[in-house]
Amino acid sequence: MPTTVKMTGSKEWRSDVALGQGRSSGRGRGADKKVGDKQQGQRRPMFRRRKVCKFCADKIDDINYKDVKLLAGFVPERGKVLPRRISGTCAMHQRKLQTAIKRARQIALVPYVTE
Amino acid sequence: MADRQYELVYILPPDSTEQQAAELHEQIASIVTRMNGQIEKTENWGRRRLAYEIGSHKEGVYVLEVINGGGDLMHELDRRLKVIDLVVRHMVVRVDAEKRVVERTRTRRQSESERRRVKRGLPPVRQPGEGRPADADDGEDDRFEGVEV
Repeated sequence: MPTTVKMTGSKEWRSDVALGQGRSSGRGRGADKKVGDKQQGQRRPMFRRRKVCKFCADKIDDINYKDVKLLAGFVPERGKVLPRRISGTCAMHQRKLQTAIKRARQIALVPYVTE
Repeated sequence: MADRQYELVYILPPDSTEQQAAELHEQIASIVTRMNGQIEKTENWGRRRLAYEIGSHKEGVYVLEVINGGGDLMHELDRRLKVIDLVVRHMVVRVDAEKRVVERTRTRRQSESERRRVKRGLPPVRQPGEGRPADADDGEDDRFEGVEV
């Protein structure tokens, strides 16, 4: 029984997102995608994965500068800090992540820049 | 003030000998004890690739020291390490405040979940075999498949 309850919950949320996409008109991109989907016969409508904060989801309390494996996931090739709008990290954890990355850079665990 | 905790990380060149490293550690330890501090633990991470070149070095030997002591002690250590040529790079970070915060959030989360579980009539700790198995694949779960709008 609990599974069905969960299903309806997520369904509702999904339809919400679809509505939001349909509404975007001026920006061109959203509209284009919608047309493309129609032509494909509704096989898999364009759906963006819902972003969640990794640290909230995995219950990582401590974002430590020594944990290179963790930080490396948030430092793309160029060496910049991955922005929040892409990673989906929440504001509090992005702040902590930022200090951790900056500390790790100081002792050459994480690069400042890479060409 | 002495209940502060700091972490000192320093990098030695990869061609430095064991003896040099031991000497430096002795030097640090003597400063720490002289200024009423204590070294809680020492970790040697061994040789690691540096993320970027420092001088001519591409690799380095990392050493971490967790030190309990006051700010003046760390100031002194910082000053000394700047002068020592053997040390390629070093960094001092105060950690006690953050540690306390992490500890608090962790205990709070645990007590919260226990409280909620008890309220639902469950034992306070998660039993083995309860809930979804850890390897359950829900990668496709958030895709929009076969659901009519």
